[in-house]
Amino acid sequence: MVQSDHQRILGNPKFQELVRTRSGFAWTLAAAMLAIYLGFILLVAFAPGLMAVKVGGGVTSLGIVLGLAVIVSAFLLTGIYVQRANSRFDDLTRDLTKEIV
Amino acid sequence: MLRRLSLPLAATAMIGACGLLVSALAAPAVEGGGKQGLNPAAIVMFFAFVLGTLYITYRAAQGSKSAADFYAAGGGITGFQNGLAIAGDYMSAASFLGISGLVFASGFDGLLYSIGFLVGWPIVLFLIAERLRNLGKFTFADVASFRLDQTQIRILSATGTLVVVAFYLIAQMVGAGKLIELLFGLDYLYAIVIVGALMIVYVAFGGMKATTWVQIIKACLLLGGATFMALAVLWNFGFNPEAMFSEAVRTHPKGDAIMAPGGMVSDPVSTISLGLALMFGTAGLPHILMRFFTVSDAQAARKSVFYATGFIAYFYILTFIIGFGAITFLMNDPSYYTAGAGGVVNKITGLIGGTNMAAVHLANAVGGGLFLGFISAVAFATILAVVAGLTLSGASAVSHDLYAEVIARGRTNERKEVNISKITAVVIGVVAIVLGYVFENQNVAFMVGLAFAVAASCNFPVLLMSTMWKGCTTFGAMVGGFAGLVSAVMMVVLSKAVWVQTFGFREAWFPYDNPALFSMTIAFVGIWMASKADSSQRARDEVASYDAQYVRSETGIGAASAHQH
Repeated sequence: MVQSDHQRILGNPKFQELVRTRSGFAWTLAAAMLAIYLGFILLVAFAPGLMAVKVGGGVTSLGIVLGLAVIVSAFLLTGIYVQRANSRFDDLTRDLTKEIV
Repeated sequence: MLRRLSLPLAATAMIGACGLLVSALAAPAVEGGGKQGLNPAAIVMFFAFVLGTLYITYRAAQGSKSAADFYAAGGGITGFQNGLAIAGDYMSAASFLGISGLVFASGFDGLLYSIGFLVGWPIVLFLIAERLRNLGKFTFADVASFRLDQTQIRILSATGTLVVVAFYLIAQMVGAGKLIELLFGLDYLYAIVIVGALMIVYVAFGGMKATTWVQIIKACLLLGGATFMALAVLWNFGFNPEAMFSEAVRTHPKGDAIMAPGGMVSDPVSTISLGLALMFGTAGLPHILMRFFTVSDAQAARKSVFYATGFIAYFYILTFIIGFGAITFLMNDPSYYTAGAGGVVNKITGLIGGTNMAAVHLANAVGGGLFLGFISAVAFATILAVVAGLTLSGASAVSHDLYAEVIARGRTNERKEVNISKITAVVIGVVAIVLGYVFENQNVAFMVGLAFAVAASCNFPVLLMSTMWKGCTTFGAMVGGFAGLVSAVMMVVLSKAVWVQTFGFREAWFPYDNPALFSMTIAFVGIWMASKADSSQRARDEVASYDAQYVRSETGIGAASAHQH
């Protein structure tokens, strides 16, 4: 890439929009995953009694339900990101590439 | 085009053939049903797997000409296939048998491990995958050294890679030898020699293409087998998990305690530290990062993480059900146990072969001798596929990073580089056999944790900071990366698992089980402080060249020409 090329792209409003929306989105989801996981770990470490509480009248505990929910949430978060990235972010990148070349 | 199609076809045919074999062998093998010694069904099915994968290796070798073929399967793997292969890399025999064994032994606590292993994947997707695909070629060192000093950063990355590969490989080899000894009645030494020899053949002749297809086939077989077991367990309880849990609580000696956090997580700092190692270690495992270069573009890289996360999540839910199923099926059946002193049977540790064999015994309980044979063969295949992936990434670090950029300083050609990689694969295989033999009677359980801790404290911080922080310099990456690596290893050596249990000292210097919380902090602070302190001309140039890297990492513009597919 020529020196001036990336300067031109950096100043392009489409590039700025792409980077701003995507990195905002990615960091939000990463923070959500971290919060869900650390929240779960902290509950296990500091409130094991709460995790043992029974739900639904049987032996199934809150910890098991929350644990399975963390697994499902990891899958859902990746799904949300891929859906958004493969449509909106890729469209923006395509537009930008067209404009540059 | 025909050649392109032939590998997927061969793989599909193999998975089908394994199904046929199961039905063909049904008659003679069921009455055998032995839990120990020779299981003819297991041996026949394993041979079928080996022959099939060798055929695939042969086809892949014919089609592999360039370095891109060898390191990255020519970029011709689809997102879905790569997702399966990534999941395959992750679903090792250790995680299948180990996690179901943990659930069997302590219920809920086993779930903690699977969650930790899984939640790294979204982080890989959000922060690493696309940048990696846009900036790199074959190894993650390509990315970390994009605007930094080639020689130094590649030495650092290759060291991080080889340390991770070495610990991971030793743990896998020792586990493999023990498992095969138990399942096939084969001598330990023969077992590790067979594993080592086959992985050399896959990697040296078939490169990434063969390694990927071996991984995909094994992932399908493992997911299929585990699905059958989980369904058989749930069917027994009318597909009502609550019925399964309450039966498990009635059966398990720990009773209701298996539904809640137990002794394994008594220490919060260790728990959080382990959690960080599992989560961020995933984003620094070299054999996983390498897989992002086997797909054609950033979009396919994203999709592969999505599929991989789905498969891995599904797999961990299955191992959880299998662990609970093992409690309900095995604990009331004395034939799965050996009595301890005084004829007392310990319902947890008395299990024949130890708690790690819970899933294997459950296979026998729900599917008879034939299905036991199938699961044994799949476990063997799993080990082979995982060690092949590790060997390939170690060999690439030596040939592509150390040889091509550091020793030959770019004055080499593709053919020579690939040949060096093949020779290295042979050397790594031989070393792995020797180390597997040396460590036979050592406790190697800490080594996987250490591999993740090093990946989280050296590879991940360097990769993240060099791509996301403009101010990161070569000096900073070197100081922080090596500080993270050395501190992680030192803290593990000084911890209870090594200092007390292996070396026999009375007291551990480092009080926690996993170093990641501290060693990751050391690495990030090290990179930040050393980069800030670096006021050389080179540092100013590196900061100035961040913009060009930034544009390419975000858009992929310029990436296509760097990587010919």
